[in-house]
Order: sequence, then C-alpha cells, then structure tokens
Amino acid sequence: MKTNEVLETPRIKEPTPLQETWYHLKKNKGAMIGLGIISVFVLMAIFAPLLAPQDPLIQEVSERMTPMFTNGYILGSDDLGRDMLSRLIYGARISMTIGIVSVGISLFFGIIIGVTSAYYGGVFDKIVMRLIDIMLAFPYILLTIVIVSILGPSLTNAMVAIGISQVPRYARVVRASVLAEKESDYVLAERALGAGDFELMFLTILPNCLSPTIVQATLGIGEAILNSAGLSFLGLGAQPPTPEWGLMIASSKQFLTSAWWIVTLPGIAILLAVLGFNLFGDGLRDILDPKMRN
Amino acid sequence: MIKHILKRLALLIPTLFGVITLVFLMIALAPGDPARIMLGERANAEQVAQLRVELGLDKPLIQQYGLYLGRVVRFDLGKSIASGQQIAKEIAERFPATIELAWYAMLFATTLGVILGVTSAIRRNTWVDYSTMGGALVGVSMPVFWLGLVLIMVFSVWLDLLPTGGRMNIRYYFTPITNFYVLDGIIMWFKEGTPKYLGSAIQHLILPTIALGTIPLAIIARTTRSSMLEVMQQDYIKTARSAGIKEKRVIYRYALRNALLPVITVIGLQFGLLLSGAILTETVFSWPGIGRWIYIAIGARDYPAVQGGIIFISTFFVLINLAVDILYSVVNPKIRLQ
Repeated sequence: MKTNEVLETPRIKEPTPLQETWYHLKKNKGAMIGLGIISVFVLMAIFAPLLAPQDPLIQEVSERMTPMFTNGYILGSDDLGRDMLSRLIYGARISMTIGIVSVGISLFFGIIIGVTSAYYGGVFDKIVMRLIDIMLAFPYILLTIVIVSILGPSLTNAMVAIGISQVPRYARVVRASVLAEKESDYVLAERALGAGDFELMFLTILPNCLSPTIVQATLGIGEAILNSAGLSFLGLGAQPPTPEWGLMIASSKQFLTSAWWIVTLPGIAILLAVLGFNLFGDGLRDILDPKMRN
Repeated sequence: MIKHILKRLALLIPTLFGVITLVFLMIALAPGDPARIMLGERANAEQVAQLRVELGLDKPLIQQYGLYLGRVVRFDLGKSIASGQQIAKEIAERFPATIELAWYAMLFATTLGVILGVTSAIRRNTWVDYSTMGGALVGVSMPVFWLGLVLIMVFSVWLDLLPTGGRMNIRYYFTPITNFYVLDGIIMWFKEGTPKYLGSAIQHLILPTIALGTIPLAIIARTTRSSMLEVMQQDYIKTARSAGIKEKRVIYRYALRNALLPVITVIGLQFGLLLSGAILTETVFSWPGIGRWIYIAIGARDYPAVQGGIIFISTFFVLINLAVDILYSVVNPKIRLQ
C-alpha cells in the first residue's frame, strides 16, 4: 500500500438549481411517468408528418368507419373515412400548441401584472387585486365562453380566451412570491447599487419567484388542453375538419352505437396528455415547494 | 367575524357589476353587426334594422350600457331571439333540472370523496392509497363530456341498463309538479300509488350524476386526504393518542372534524364550478337544464339568451361562494372567535 501518495481533496461542485431539481425529479416516479408521456406527445407533435401514415384530412368514403386493425387502418377510420391514427397524431400538434400558447398568454400578462402589482404596492396593488378577485369570482368556463363570443369561434380565439381567463390565477401566484422576496437583502443591495425599477422587478426579483409559477404553468397546460376540448365540443373552438381531439369527439358522437373507436380514442388521447402534465406538475410541486418537500 | 362577513358582502356588488359589464361587452364588442349575426344571412335589411332598434343597438354604447344595467338590476333579462319568450322565465323553468342534477352530483362527490380521502390518509402509502389517488388523478384529467359519452356507450348501448338521456321515460306522459323530478316522483307515489315515476327519475339521474360528479369527487378526495394527513401530525392528535383514546375515536372525533374545514371551501367552489360544467354534461345527456339551454342558444346565436344565462349562473356562483365563505367563518372557531 502506498502511503506517500498525496490525497487530492475532492472538489465539491455546488449543483445548479436545475441539476438539483432533476436529481429530486429522477426519484419521483409519478413525475418521471408524466415526463415520459409528455415527451411522447411532444415528439408526436413535432414529427407528425413523418409519423402519420396518411394525410389526416383525406376522406376515403368507401372505407368509412373501418374498425381498428383492418385494411391498414391501425386505429380504424372515422365517419368520413379519414385515418384515425393520423388524425390523432396531428391532434397532438394542435393540443400541444393550444397548451403552450394559452399558458404563454397567461404567463406573459400574469407575470407583468403580478410583479408590478406586488412591487409598487399601494393603491395600484389594491385596485389590481380587486379586479383579479372579480375575475376569479367568475366561473372560468363561462369566462372563456364570453371571450370567445366576443372574438368569434375559432381555435386561435379559443386559445386567447383560455389564456386570458387564467391570467388572474398566474398574477396572484406571482404577486404572492414577489411580495415574499422584494424586501430581501439581495434586492436591497441591488437597489443600493443603483438598479432601476425594471431591472429590480424582472432581472433581480422575478428569477427567484419562478418555482411556483412553473408548477402552475405545467398544470395549466393540461387544463388548457381540457378546456379547449370542451370549447371545441360546444362548437366554440376548433372548426371542422381540424383534427382537434375535442372536436373529433363532438363530431362523431352520433356514431357512438356503430363505431365506438371514433368517440373513444380521441378522449383517451386527451386523458393521457392531460394526465402527463398533471403527473409532472404534481411531481414538480412536491420538489419545488419546500413546504411539500418534507 | 361580522367584520369579515361585511367585507365579503361589500365585495359582492363590484363583482356582480363586473360580471354584468363583461357580459354586456360580449355583444357590444362582437365583431360585425350583432343583429345581422343573430338573424343570419337570409334576413333582409329591414328586419335587421328592426332588431337593432329592439335591442337598442342604434343608441350610443354608453347609453346602451346604462339601459342594460338598469334592466338587469330589475331582473329583466330581455327576450330570447329564438323563442320570443322572456329569458328570465325560460331560465326559471329550466333551473330546477340543473339544480337537481348538480345537487345529486355534489352529494355523490362529497360522500364518496370524503370516505376515499379519509381511507387513503389512514392507509397512507398502501395500495388503497395509491389506487385511490391514481384514480383521482385520472378523474381530473378526463374531459367530462367524453366520460359522459363513454358511460352512455357502456351502460346504455352495450349493457342496455340505463337510459341515454332526458329526465323521465317519455311514455309516462309525466307533468311535473315541482320540476324536481325525484321529489315529484315521491309525490306521485303517494298520489297514484306507483313508484314508477320515482324509479324512472332515479334511473335517468345515475349516469349524468357520475359524469358531472367525477371531477369534484377527485378533487374532494385529494383535499380530504392531504388535509387529514396534515391534521394527523398535529400535537393534539398525539396527545389524544397518548391519553389512550381509541384510534377510531381519534380519527373521526378529533382529526376528521378539523380536517374537513378546508374541504368545505373546496365543496363550495366545486358546486359553483359544477353549474358551469353542467353546460357540457347536460348537452351530452340531453338534460333539459340551463346548461343545455345555453348551449342551444350559443348555436342559434341567441345572444340575449346566452347573456342572460351567463349572468344568472355567474350570480349564482358568486352567491354560493359567499355562502360557503360565511359558513366557513361560522364553522371555524379561529375566525368565529376573532
């Protein structure tokens, strides 16, 4: 045994917040399943043209309502003879877009409103909070219906409506965490160094307030997918022949007795996608929220 | 506590005001001529002009708003374009159906949700807990209208056990008394000596109740579980246990009572959301309530009816939230004794 060897002191590298979160996430089974499901849907959305065996809009009238695993239709065909699998794959593209765009809208306005409201405080904060209370007192499904009625029924407007209707929730979450941070020493130090309001709000404070917002946004994507499916079902969202999952259910509901797969499969797709975001979001919350971690 | 209640009551007025304003803007800001949209392409210019005058659309916006506000405050929601009837009357006729469905859905969700939540909390990290919480997660991830359709497919079409929609077997030529069909069924049992009306009313309720109640059920179960787990860690529970009180009594008498406090808020909130979720469920089950009525009004572009329906449901939602908040402050000694 060598005794004269100089032991090198191991250098301990401090993990970045991202590494730390990942470390905890890896141990959370639910979150990993959720992440797996989300990845599948995201890949499906990105590579839809490569994965889909057919054009989702091409109708083959002679092959209407072909059952699953027949004549080359793996998941059957719908009431107009369109390939279900291809429509479901393209549907992932639409639903992921809806989730990301509408949550993006909520985040953008929610963060601006929440940060400024908490940062400036006073009468401004009071008025903003009162308005938010009013918006939260309005059942959001009805709020989206009102907004879509104002803008006119379409997929884009449904995304905008869902996005706007959730702004108050994000504003509230952001405001609460900014309030907790804004008197911290590092903020005061930055201010003493001459940082302006904008820099303090969005560069100093905001990055430290993101955890609860990220959790909210992850769960929000799932919720947005559900809501847009509901709006499409009511005829207020996507319009035919768009392969949106909710619309696929709505437009085939009269074939419930004759071709169960047309109605059932898009619902399963919605369920899985939303479940993925919920599992991942719940896992993230357990990790990012120190109150829940213990 | 009184101060708290007064504060909540004071918030009621601006909230309702905001709701009415938003709904007013729905027509005012709609792109294009609302009168033209409502009447469709086939209407001639004269008809459109007449409707514009009827709805007051020819007046300046601010005056329209004043008039609208004045009418709504007097419970005058105007006339439906599609049927020509008073909207308030149409709503009053359909509301019992919605309330009946929402009530049973909530009863189902609360009873089962609390039982499942408590069981999962007591048997934490066992298969009972995992499967209940897994089920709850699936429950909140499902589109309600799809669940409704699947239930119809399985129980009505394949198994032929339950009706696909409606509130009563149409061959019974039933004339409602109170419009709450279960209650009517009981009355008819006394009057005519046959339970068939009651039986049919219950049969028709089962599937929509499950569909509408699933999301609140899942949320109530999750809330009850986490609230129960939190309470079980409190010192007074340890004290009660160390004093030798039986575990059952500790759970039901000491823990559950306090664990249910946050659940009350969730139940109230869910009940309010149920009314708006009813739009989807009622549509699927052809349930003749306000939700389906709003759905039809949306399709017919009957804007005054949609406005009226939304104002009505939102007001109801706001009032329920207020009631729950007051109830909470009465039940919770921490607020009551302030």
